[in-house]
Amino acid sequence: MKTLRDVAVGQSATVVKLHGEGKVKRRIMDMGITKGISVYVRKVAPLGDPLELTVRGYELSIRKADAQQIEVL
Amino acid sequence: MIKIALAGNPNSGKTSLFNVLTGSNQFVGNWPGVTVEKKEGKLKKHDDVTVVDLPGIYSLSPYTEEEVVARNFIVNEHPDVILNIVDGTNLERNLYLTTQLVELGVPVVVAINLMDVIKKNGDQLNTAELSRRFGCPVVEISALKGTGCLEASEVCIKHAQSKKIQPCVTFAQSVEQAIAKVEGIVQGKVDRLQQRWFAIKLLERDSRAQKFLKLDEQTLQQIEQVVVELETALDDDSESIITNERYVAIEALIKGCYHKQNQGKLTVSDKIDKIVTNRFLALPIFALVMFLVYFISVSTVGTWATDWANDGLFGDGFHLFGIGQGQYEQAVNDHATEHLFTQDYVEILQNAVENNVVGAQEMLDAVTQGDFFAFDEAYGVYADVLVENGHDVVQNYEIAFGENSNAPSPEQYGVWVPSIPVLVGNGLEAINCAPWLQSLVIDGIIGGVGAVLGFVPQMLVLFLLLAFLEACGYMARVAFVMDKLFRKFGLSGKSFIPMLIGTGCSVPGIMASRTIENASDRRMTIITTSFIPCGAKLPIIALIASALFGGAWWVAPVAYFIGVVAVVLSGIMLKKSKLFAGDVAPFVMELPQYRMPTFVNLMRSTWERGWSFIKKAGTIILLASVVIWVGSTLGVVDGKFLFDTEMALENSLLGYVGNALSWLFAPLGFGNIKATVATIMGLVAKEEVVGVFGVLDFGGMTQLQSFSFLIFNLLCAPCFAAMGAIKREMNSAKWTLFALGYQTALAYSVCLVVYQFGLLFSGTPNVVGLIFAIAVLGGFGFFLFRPAYKVQKQK
Repeated sequence: MKTLRDVAVGQSATVVKLHGEGKVKRRIMDMGITKGISVYVRKVAPLGDPLELTVRGYELSIRKADAQQIEVL
Repeated sequence: MIKIALAGNPNSGKTSLFNVLTGSNQFVGNWPGVTVEKKEGKLKKHDDVTVVDLPGIYSLSPYTEEEVVARNFIVNEHPDVILNIVDGTNLERNLYLTTQLVELGVPVVVAINLMDVIKKNGDQLNTAELSRRFGCPVVEISALKGTGCLEASEVCIKHAQSKKIQPCVTFAQSVEQAIAKVEGIVQGKVDRLQQRWFAIKLLERDSRAQKFLKLDEQTLQQIEQVVVELETALDDDSESIITNERYVAIEALIKGCYHKQNQGKLTVSDKIDKIVTNRFLALPIFALVMFLVYFISVSTVGTWATDWANDGLFGDGFHLFGIGQGQYEQAVNDHATEHLFTQDYVEILQNAVENNVVGAQEMLDAVTQGDFFAFDEAYGVYADVLVENGHDVVQNYEIAFGENSNAPSPEQYGVWVPSIPVLVGNGLEAINCAPWLQSLVIDGIIGGVGAVLGFVPQMLVLFLLLAFLEACGYMARVAFVMDKLFRKFGLSGKSFIPMLIGTGCSVPGIMASRTIENASDRRMTIITTSFIPCGAKLPIIALIASALFGGAWWVAPVAYFIGVVAVVLSGIMLKKSKLFAGDVAPFVMELPQYRMPTFVNLMRSTWERGWSFIKKAGTIILLASVVIWVGSTLGVVDGKFLFDTEMALENSLLGYVGNALSWLFAPLGFGNIKATVATIMGLVAKEEVVGVFGVLDFGGMTQLQSFSFLIFNLLCAPCFAAMGAIKREMNSAKWTLFALGYQTALAYSVCLVVYQFGLLFSGTPNVVGLIFAIAVLGGFGFFLFRPAYKVQKQK
């Protein structure tokens, strides 16, 4: 399974499904990462985590551990 | 009477809009039971219209305090209209909240903010069409410039009077069918206007909605059946299905009426971000910004402001706008050089330096430089210590600068403004007020008020900087850059700023924790910030280092190291406890566009925070000051209970309390009256500890004992001012007591271990004490390495 964590910086990927459960998952979806949406991985924080994404035209930061729960194509 | 609820995403310009709508007519408080701030105000030119500022939220899910507060307010208190502010440059995600607000059975008006930016970017947004599709008024505003805002409020008033409820956003057929089924099940049990809202929440298995409606087991099972059917049909969980549907609906709603130009072209904000969070430059830039915050708020402007408040406004007085200050200082230095800094005085100090008396070197350096003011500051702290050690630095000082000396006085130069205590003191003397009352008013009450207000100027400087960092968008980047480091021990990346400021003073440090959104992270930061040695603890460190360790260089670094270790270990231990376990902070954070904040908004935010410190922290500080004043002026001398403003500490009530409590500290090695009283006085202000040791006999403590004493005073409950700040920020008596109890318990445990093992290694173990120390050490090991408390999953 390819996840958002595996996407290289500067690349985009399309979300297939969100795994996991509870409030982190809901929060990620509330922020607009839903099925079929294209996510651009903009950069990694200087200490190696978290990630900065561009989604629905704005900048969002999530941790790599959470990015691993997002299945992409 | 019309009530407008202002709702919108964080960073959408909601605060600016609220300020434009209400002007200075605002009331700031807290929502009941939570730390979420509540703001209310009267609409400008409309005394019968109230605007309630709901917390900034992205969704109405039940997972954060802010979201719950917002939805409870709308559901339970039925505002007449919701004014939903939407960031037009970030339309899709902002409208996500709108799709939920329209379901609550309250008329909604959508205000598209940043219309000026949209137009400047060459983007097109057809608000008339959007209004038709949403079935509610959509207006264009620019909250920052104030355009369209009051017009928007007029639309709100008209719309509220029409009581016209907009249609809800519709979803795919299978989902609509499921919603209809749930609506059928709960029909009659809820307000008709909110029926769809509750049906959707029940479909999402929202436990708060289930509890709110008090549904019986059978009804819940019926609903669960509908949910499971839908989930099987669409192969996803119901929360995901609904969220997806909302975004799909938004895409359809804005299609054709929103057109974005130049997609993919870098905006100014993008260019700034490319540099600011660049892989190589991010950390140096971060360090530079932090240095500037520290330099301005602690080293320079903040300290000048604090000195003015403490030494000027609440000390002797000050030169208005500094007029005459230069001449005065010159005159004083000249006078000191001629009459005080004589050869024999230098010799006294040199002798003291040779005997390694603490503070002597500092005083001597000032004398060498001919700087009386630096000398006087050191003199104030250390003079008693020098005298105790047989170096009489007081006699000459009294001759040159004492009450009957001919030292220059400041009012002879420029425009001199006497301080508040001086003015009040003169006034009281003029009306022949009793000395005890004078002392109560001046030393007790004004001293206490001064202790509160003395922090305010520095705090305003800090708050202004924080408001700027937040409003311009850099604060979110601070969390982004530092997250990895801090989350390992249960803190947020934003905890860095409170800790950094805490090295200067814990009070503004604790107040700076306000910028941390997550309640659990914020509490953890508040509890641990005062472990970092603040400026007032430095004299204690210097005293112990110099008096008992021969001025060893390593004492100060070790003190800071202990502070940092206490923060880290506390983070790990507390994170694993039940108290903090339920609240794993999701780090899913918007990195907002960089924006230039407006002066008015910065000032308002700065003042709001400063005022809340004065109000909430001020009471506890004032009360504590008066209690300590009573304790130190009442006492027993020669068997007689009496009042004396010059009461010696060992005869005062405070001294007796210290004596009575000293057994508590025996297992830590400093169970004597002076150390106990010093610790109690440390609660007033940490530098007082040094004063107590100057007054009372200092001999008789071993290195180990004094080291244990030092650690205790570094880690235990902070001074009253910091306690007031903790109370303000926790906004809960339970959490305040927990914080103070935890800090003191940790200090006690650490000192017990240090002292008892110290005794063991020096060959004089105390068996009982050692057993307890081993037990405490085992306890630390347990709390550090046990598995984290798991929250029971609710089905």
